[in-house]
Amino acid sequence: MKFKFIEEKVAKVLMIASAIAVFAFVVNIIYTILRRGLPALNWDMISKIPAGGYYNGGGGGILNAIVGSLYIVLGSTILGLLISIPVVFYLNVYLSKDSRLAYTARLAFDVLFGIPSIVYGAFAFTIMIYLGMHTSLGGGILVITLLIIPILIRSMDEVARQLPKDLLDATYALGATKLETIQVVLRQIAPGIATATLLSVGRAIGDAAGVMFTAGFTDSIPTSLSQPAATLPLSVFFQLSSPNADVQDRAYSAALILIFIVLVISVTGRLITNHFSKNKI
Amino acid sequence: MFTITVASILLVVFIGLGLYLKSVPIFEHTSFWHLITSSEWKPGSGEFGFLPFIAGTLWITAIAVLLSLPVALLSALFLTEYSKTYVKKWVFTALDILAGIPSVVYGVWGTLFIVPWISEKLAPHFVEYSTGYTVLAGGIVLGVMILPLLISLFVEIFSAVPQEYRDAALSLGATKWQTSKYVVLRKTFPGILAAIILAVSRAFGETIAVLMVCGNIPLIPHSLFDSCYPLPALIANNYGEMLSVPMYESALMLAAFLLFIVVFIFNASSRAVIYQIERRYK
Repeated sequence: MKFKFIEEKVAKVLMIASAIAVFAFVVNIIYTILRRGLPALNWDMISKIPAGGYYNGGGGGILNAIVGSLYIVLGSTILGLLISIPVVFYLNVYLSKDSRLAYTARLAFDVLFGIPSIVYGAFAFTIMIYLGMHTSLGGGILVITLLIIPILIRSMDEVARQLPKDLLDATYALGATKLETIQVVLRQIAPGIATATLLSVGRAIGDAAGVMFTAGFTDSIPTSLSQPAATLPLSVFFQLSSPNADVQDRAYSAALILIFIVLVISVTGRLITNHFSKNKI
Repeated sequence: MFTITVASILLVVFIGLGLYLKSVPIFEHTSFWHLITSSEWKPGSGEFGFLPFIAGTLWITAIAVLLSLPVALLSALFLTEYSKTYVKKWVFTALDILAGIPSVVYGVWGTLFIVPWISEKLAPHFVEYSTGYTVLAGGIVLGVMILPLLISLFVEIFSAVPQEYRDAALSLGATKWQTSKYVVLRKTFPGILAAIILAVSRAFGETIAVLMVCGNIPLIPHSLFDSCYPLPALIANNYGEMLSVPMYESALMLAAFLLFIVVFIFNASSRAVIYQIERRYK
């Protein structure tokens, strides 16, 4: 057999092997967390806040972290959407395809997307010191909003760029102003908004480095924006650094809860995306 | 709307400026060159040498990229050139999950699986004793984390190559692999470089997962089985006490500023390259 055919075979085997490796990592990660996290998982974990001496093996659960994470994710997603939808609309309706500003904006958001969350955290922390704020739920929401804005904008923008020019022309022809076309545009990019939200929620809930500086950590559930808030990733992290084996086991089940939430979000997100796609031309 | 757009673009500038202003005080104290070449880290006595941390970051990033690059290239080629639609669907689902897993979970996986594997199975063949919390563990965990990013970028770039080029190569009698090797890979070489740089900058900033598996000892690592202490981990570990020691805050902000600058340059240049490629084939 000619060398090139042998080479073809070898290359193909290697390619299939690497695709299988990707699968193997996913299965291995989920299996490892399940195996260690499932035994320690119980109803108390998700329904109670930490009791006294929790980090030395005392009773209680991580409700504080679950609620804290949800507050932060909810707050920052709403804020983020309020900021990013106008930006996407402006980039795609008001600016022309080869505008200098649009190019700079897209480049800037891509760069922002790449900036590590720890840098956002450090930046937000300096601002908070400057303003005299303490670690708080509000600070956490602020930094996560900054973190997800580039994700929201760039993934909505990808969809909005596909918007047919004729569609906009049709609305103008009916006498709509540029601002009024937003109704049409929003309906068209609805699946994009759903996907973007889903992506950013996933990133927001899993982020630890950003909220470490800004949201702090507490054993109680925050009741106002100025109180510190616990988050799930940090709860996993702090429990894992405990020398007590029981507490470490609980870190594994907290990680399991975190994975579960992320997977549920991504599955429902997919369903919602399919649902919204029906308006698409 | 114009204001919001411009304000969010200027966020990049604000972050850079804010961090720079915060790290200025330390320059009056020690020179920049001394800071990044000294390996003395004693915040208590005002010695801030960043070399061990920079070395730690470079080591684990290099290992992560070396490990994940071949896997990412091969699977991206497999996905674009070889696989059937249903296989693609499965692999993309797996990649989505991999990309969605929070980094703290990667850290837990690293401590549960990679670290014991290194200390019990791998390290005894090479060194006398290793805790497993090593450069290698950080590199492996980081490598898995950047896989989905690399693969999705590669798939995007490879799909931009016009089908006619492939058809021309195939009709001249080249095998599929030869086509991939001589046409697809060669045509997209700048794009591949850009994607790697993007992944490197992602790896630089990864904090919590790496912090959990690499041991955090501020010494320059000499082998794969030494512990290391990357820059982001330094910031994350010391934010609590930084306000009580003089210059400490400034030093940590300098660390954040260094990360910012490197990531900024890498990102901006590689994105520019990717835009060029996309535009060329449109």
